[in-house]
Amino acid sequence: MFRLTAKDLAKRFGARKLFSALNFELTTGDSLAVIGPNGSGKSTLILTLLGLQRPTKGSVTFAEGDTELDDAARRRLVSFVSPYLNLYDQLTAEENLKFFITVSGGHVTGKQINAVLQQVGLERRGVDPVAEFSSGMKQRLKYALALLSNPAYLFLDEPTSNLDREGKKIVVQLVEQLRADSILIIATNEEEEYQLATAQCRLGQ
Amino acid sequence: MPPRSAGLVSKALAVYAKDMRLELRSRYALNAILMFAITTLAVVSFSLGQSGLSPKLLSALFWIVIFFSAMSGLAHVFIREEETGTALPLRLMADPDPVYIGKLTFNFSLLTTMTMVVTPLFFIFTDAPAEHIISFLPVLALGVIGLSGATTLVAAIISRASVKGALFAVLSFPILMPLLIALVAATEKVFGGSGLGEALAELQFLFAYAVVMITASLLLFKFVWQD
Repeated sequence: MFRLTAKDLAKRFGARKLFSALNFELTTGDSLAVIGPNGSGKSTLILTLLGLQRPTKGSVTFAEGDTELDDAARRRLVSFVSPYLNLYDQLTAEENLKFFITVSGGHVTGKQINAVLQQVGLERRGVDPVAEFSSGMKQRLKYALALLSNPAYLFLDEPTSNLDREGKKIVVQLVEQLRADSILIIATNEEEEYQLATAQCRLGQ
Repeated sequence: MPPRSAGLVSKALAVYAKDMRLELRSRYALNAILMFAITTLAVVSFSLGQSGLSPKLLSALFWIVIFFSAMSGLAHVFIREEETGTALPLRLMADPDPVYIGKLTFNFSLLTTMTMVVTPLFFIFTDAPAEHIISFLPVLALGVIGLSGATTLVAAIISRASVKGALFAVLSFPILMPLLIALVAATEKVFGGSGLGEALAELQFLFAYAVVMITASLLLFKFVWQD
């Protein structure tokens, strides 16, 4: 059983306060939608939880049972999908997937790569450079990476951004598939997206 | 997570292979470094030619060419990650150590390729004593390792700044100054025909510099990369 705990979390940029006194604890199977208007700090909260930005105050803890996870363990267990998270344009889809899984400490076979590419509707594009992909296809490839990582913590920022109707359907299926075995956090403004989560955290009030 | 897990070496190799693949497909850094090196070398050889330059002047000219060529391309290894937005997933998924080792190895390969092109040309276009080229190789190797070690960390530091190019040279200069002084002194002795034995003190310094610089970079990189 994995846990994610935010304790008295606060973030401000100079005089501008984004959020403060955020407290929550999530365990495997829980899901949280972070909602709020543009500029309310949804993406900043996600980046802070991921350890990519320092909080002004408070702490974030990743744990398995009662044991706190170190940075290396956290990297192996976390997946993040966002429109501003870029893959390598000059590498092919397969090369990108293989690279990121290897550097996160895993091992992946060609068969596994083909299976996830098929799941996100990119089965014929594995050997094409990502530079030739549309923004929606790039977003699908990020979901393929999340699937391969089989994460204990899944963070989604604007999860259906750039996706067509078919792509949105795939995302809903993937979230359903991963949700039971992971902690899911979604930052979004779209009602149909935050309904994927069981709890809500509203910023910018 | 798939069952078999990759160790430090596999992860560092993955970073190195990825950077090498990107470089071979774009040739951005290699072209920049080689163009700068060959242009500088051409200017030096046309203006000074075989005009009986002293070993001191020849050694200084050689390391000036190598230093400024390195400055023109070695920072690219981190700047590319920041500018294309791929630093974020890399920070999220990869431990800092394999990232540093992979990128250091890549910069070392790039600098080695450049010196393999520039060194023979330097001996051809100037009156550097070709008979001492074998004795010169250890100095060259330690110089390339020291330069790669120092510039890779500085490249990581400046990659998120707005004036990257200028900052890279400015920050690298004081760190590389002791290395360059020792390299010029060792090269002068080798070119002057004194042999490697005479340059032993400089070689020891160059070796120690490389070890200290790479060890310190490995320890500091985590803070530079994540904060």
